[in-house]
Amino acid sequence: MIEVHELTKRYGAKTAVDSLTFTVRPGIVTGFLGPNGAGKSTTMRMILGLDRPTSGTATINGRPYAEHTAPLKQAGALLDAKAVHTGRSAFHHLLAMAATIGVPRSRVDEVIDIVGLHEVARKRAGAFSLGMGQRLGIASALLADPEVLILDEPVNGLDPEGILWIRHLMQGLAAQGRTVFVSSHLMSEMALTAEHLVVVGRGKLIADVSVAEFIEQAASDTVLVRSPRAVELHDLLAGPGVTVISVERGAFEISGLSAAQVGDRAAAAGIALHELTVQRPSLEEAFMELTKDAVEYQTVGAAA
Amino acid sequence: MSTATLSPKTARHAEPVAPQKLKVTQARVIRSEWIKFWSLRSTVVTLAVAVALLVGIGLLAASMVGTGETGPGPDGPSFGPVDASLAGLTFAQLAFGTLGVLFMASEYSTGMIRSSLTAVPKRLPVLWGKIAVFTGVAFLLGLAAAAIAFTGGQAIIGDGGASWSDPGVARAVIGSAVILTGSGIIGLALGALLRSMPAAITTLFGVMFLLSGIAGLLLPSSWSDDVVQFLPSNAGNAFTAVTQSSGTLSPWAGLAVFAAYVVAVVAAGAWRLKRSDA
Repeated sequence: MIEVHELTKRYGAKTAVDSLTFTVRPGIVTGFLGPNGAGKSTTMRMILGLDRPTSGTATINGRPYAEHTAPLKQAGALLDAKAVHTGRSAFHHLLAMAATIGVPRSRVDEVIDIVGLHEVARKRAGAFSLGMGQRLGIASALLADPEVLILDEPVNGLDPEGILWIRHLMQGLAAQGRTVFVSSHLMSEMALTAEHLVVVGRGKLIADVSVAEFIEQAASDTVLVRSPRAVELHDLLAGPGVTVISVERGAFEISGLSAAQVGDRAAAAGIALHELTVQRPSLEEAFMELTKDAVEYQTVGAAA
Repeated sequence: MSTATLSPKTARHAEPVAPQKLKVTQARVIRSEWIKFWSLRSTVVTLAVAVALLVGIGLLAASMVGTGETGPGPDGPSFGPVDASLAGLTFAQLAFGTLGVLFMASEYSTGMIRSSLTAVPKRLPVLWGKIAVFTGVAFLLGLAAAAIAFTGGQAIIGDGGASWSDPGVARAVIGSAVILTGSGIIGLALGALLRSMPAAITTLFGVMFLLSGIAGLLLPSSWSDDVVQFLPSNAGNAFTAVTQSSGTLSPWAGLAVFAAYVVAVVAAGAWRLKRSDA
């Protein structure tokens, strides 16, 4: 369990993390979602005691991370794939990490096998590709078989096979009752992996909801309707609280009415419908809708 | 190790490993730093260079004494057989100092520090572990190299050579190892303080090797001697000198002053490590 309370980090005049409060529960994968620069990495670093909060607290299993006697047993972290000495082999990197809390050498060999780095374990980590670096980071996170996993953008640089692998790994770890907290700026990836979402923008909490709720909150359904008597249908449906947008000749997109309401009204007026489709916003659209005011660097077109 | 019972099966099924066994201790952090130290090729190369400089230059200088040439130093009498055989000390100091800087500052330049401090979030044990490993390795190797340089140098010099039982000789040889180790620790602590290899190496070389010359040039001569003898390089040299000249500290005062510099820089490095965001 990770508990973050009123966590704030300021760098001079800039507030990177602004009074964040949320809880990450065990047993599910929790996605930490936000545009680049939203403060996700800074928050994770504060949870792990690498950065000192300006104010507020962050605890892992009830205590600040640094106060645990076996920190790697409490939480394993992938902070960034570059947190490795480039001149040292993957094996010796893991061996040195393991030695700090007495994890045996056999477990080092084991995590190397789990992440599939067996072939290159004795090579210099500096020669690793980004994907291999991510796998090494995940190996070090798994070393002491921790109860909490904190992974910052773990799918970065992985090929499709690697992405699938880590998705299953995270879900498997959560199913074992562990707390899995994983950041991403890709909503689509989180929708497939996570069950719960903590969404941030510009350091502020935007949403702390289940994935399903998040989509509901972010945008409402629209109804696409197609009819040969489109003009009559338009007049029939228009009214307060209803938006009708012409999509193409003979087709409208309607928000503010359900598909059932549209169908009933058309039937009552004897208007034939050639299509009646409920349109769910895509996850990416829902995410962008929710964070549009909180994007750090916005293109001019998107801002309009 | 006592925790070797963590079998693959228990790990995969997340059965808790007895939690009192998995725990950070200073001894384990030292072990971790030992692994880190020896698993870098740059460490081994720098150590080899340091030993080669100390032994090689010492033997070379001794061979010049043997042939009647007393080297470029104008103060012929003070450049005795012991000093000649340990003439490589300054150069070895550069190498050991660089090694100390590398050991700490490379953690910052590569990002390794974030892994290290995630494993040991109390932070200071990492610095103590590095100092312990570095002190052990540098002192033993430095002592062995100084002993070889001295013994070999005296063999080359032959009749005019010094022996281990001569006054000040044991202090000069052991002191060389102490100064080499101390210089490396200063480099290591500068790495922790400045978090940058170029900055730490520049500062180390400036303070250890240039400051004394610059002070001699810039300060009024009436009190430059009083100041210069307290500089780290001069204080260190006072400890290893076989014969005392005027304007230098006594050997033990020299050691005390040198040790004070080491402690001060280590304290500053520890403060930065503990206080600043990693």
